[in-house]
Amino acid sequence: MTARQPTVEAALGPTSSGAGRRRPSRLLPYLAVAPFLVYVSIFLLYPTLIVVAGAFTDDANRPTTATMRILTESVYLRAFARSIELSAVTAIAGAVLGALLAWAVWSGPLDGALRRGVTSAAGVLAQFGGVTLAFAFMATIGLSGLVTVYLHDHLGIDVFSGGVWLYDMPGLMLVYTYFQIPLMVLVFLPALDGLRPQWREAVESLGGSGWEYWRHVGGPVLLPAFSGATLLLFANAFSAYATAAALVSQGSPIVPLKIRGFLTSEVIIGQQNLGKALGFGMIVVVAVVMTLYALLQRRAARWLR
Amino acid sequence: MTVPAPDLLAPTTSADRPDARSAARPRRRRAGGSRWLVLIAFGVFFLLPLFAMLEFSTRGVGGRNLAAWRAIVQNADLVAAITISLELAVLTVVGMLLLVVPVATWAHLRLPHLRRLIEFICLLPLTIPAIVLVVGIAPIYAWVTYLFGDSPLTLAFVYVILVLPYAYRAIDNGLGAIDLRTLAEAARSLGAAWPTVLARVVVPNIRGALVSASFLSVALVLGEFTIASLLNFNNMQVTINLLGKRDAPVSVAVSLAALLFAFVLLLALSFVGRRRGSSGVTEEG
Repeated sequence: MTARQPTVEAALGPTSSGAGRRRPSRLLPYLAVAPFLVYVSIFLLYPTLIVVAGAFTDDANRPTTATMRILTESVYLRAFARSIELSAVTAIAGAVLGALLAWAVWSGPLDGALRRGVTSAAGVLAQFGGVTLAFAFMATIGLSGLVTVYLHDHLGIDVFSGGVWLYDMPGLMLVYTYFQIPLMVLVFLPALDGLRPQWREAVESLGGSGWEYWRHVGGPVLLPAFSGATLLLFANAFSAYATAAALVSQGSPIVPLKIRGFLTSEVIIGQQNLGKALGFGMIVVVAVVMTLYALLQRRAARWLR
Repeated sequence: MTVPAPDLLAPTTSADRPDARSAARPRRRRAGGSRWLVLIAFGVFFLLPLFAMLEFSTRGVGGRNLAAWRAIVQNADLVAAITISLELAVLTVVGMLLLVVPVATWAHLRLPHLRRLIEFICLLPLTIPAIVLVVGIAPIYAWVTYLFGDSPLTLAFVYVILVLPYAYRAIDNGLGAIDLRTLAEAARSLGAAWPTVLARVVVPNIRGALVSASFLSVALVLGEFTIASLLNFNNMQVTINLLGKRDAPVSVAVSLAALLFAFVLLLALSFVGRRRGSSGVTEEG
């Protein structure tokens, strides 16, 4: 890959040196990149390789597909199914509600206090949350939470009459939606900003209504961005761990919690690499989703730029 | 909280766009009533849990008190963990800047054929969930612990990887916004060596991008739980989680404080972005 002399380098090469100094200066840029490549190799590429290779080797480091076959056992398939269900439900709910909120914010001034406040708050809730959001919901609708107590004392409603759902899948769905909506706002606002006012004016000058504008112009233009954002939300929920770890302390309904089980407890002989196989499964799902996301982003960029 | 796309953390998106568009955009008149209805409904949904945290953390026997909030500074474990998290944030920012700035600059200036590869590597952590990364990195941390001791500060090594996608995007955008080649050529023709070009020409010109990248990194590090907890290091989030089992009001109080702190941080970031957007970047050079 060093064969081609880049034109920029030629243009910016040392001006005052003879042939003797040219060679080291050609290698210099690569030397500058080398620490970066070494660093990411140690802390990113090699760990990934360990996971991928581990998924296909047995306890004695012989290649095998047995570990991956264990994943097809019902207990792991169920975990993947629940992870996918959780991610899909919260991605769709988050995308629809988040798009609505994004629209409400976008309709206001571009540089206004409301927009600034909402995007900053969305950044916090979408990314920073994790453990803290789990506690927020325990304080809200946990056993002695504000809403739980209020409903019980004033309206006589017991929110947990059907079991304590907060610490199980329904609770995960609620808290995940709470951080998916802000993520959607962050992703979708730039897409809304790409809508040109001229399109709306064109519809109006042709006698079209607001509904017709969204039905025939705004909606179709935004559709790829909306679907792409939904996929992104799916990947986000699928890889999330902190909220679930803080909320669910018993049992491991979803894949990240299953992996926690393998990391924190004794593993069964012959299944040493099962955690890696689960991890590899997660990488495959996220990679597929993110690839589709990248394709849709390219499609969305056709109009919204 | 792992796979967010590039730029998501950044509340600067509006500032990154040319202001011309906002001027060209007329106010949408018809959205009035329903818009406020939507905003109020979402406002209640999002503020209720935060208000509940405040309520929960100020409960006392027969009234309200701030005992849980006072306990934050009295709890030695918690203070130590918060200190660790802040130190990690600083180390991560320094490591990130040292790692990304030269590489991103070189990718723009001298190694354009490596740019796609570098971008791919930098965005890769988005596809590898933190929970999976921790599985693969555990053996490497055996070595890190051997070489650098069993300090939670060693987490900075892997945190630099976690912030890589955001940091790279911010810095890459910053470099794209200035006329890097002309600036570098000018500096070179005046006799500056490459390290000087980097430190005295490139860095001052992408100050805004560097501040964004740093703030985002700080927010991510302060919120990190997955890797710290599974490598058995106590940072702020891990300690909040452990505390939740013993003393729920205190951990709720810290959680709320941490969320508010992150909010202030990102709000400040949105102002940094605006200043950069309006003043024009190249004028600073």
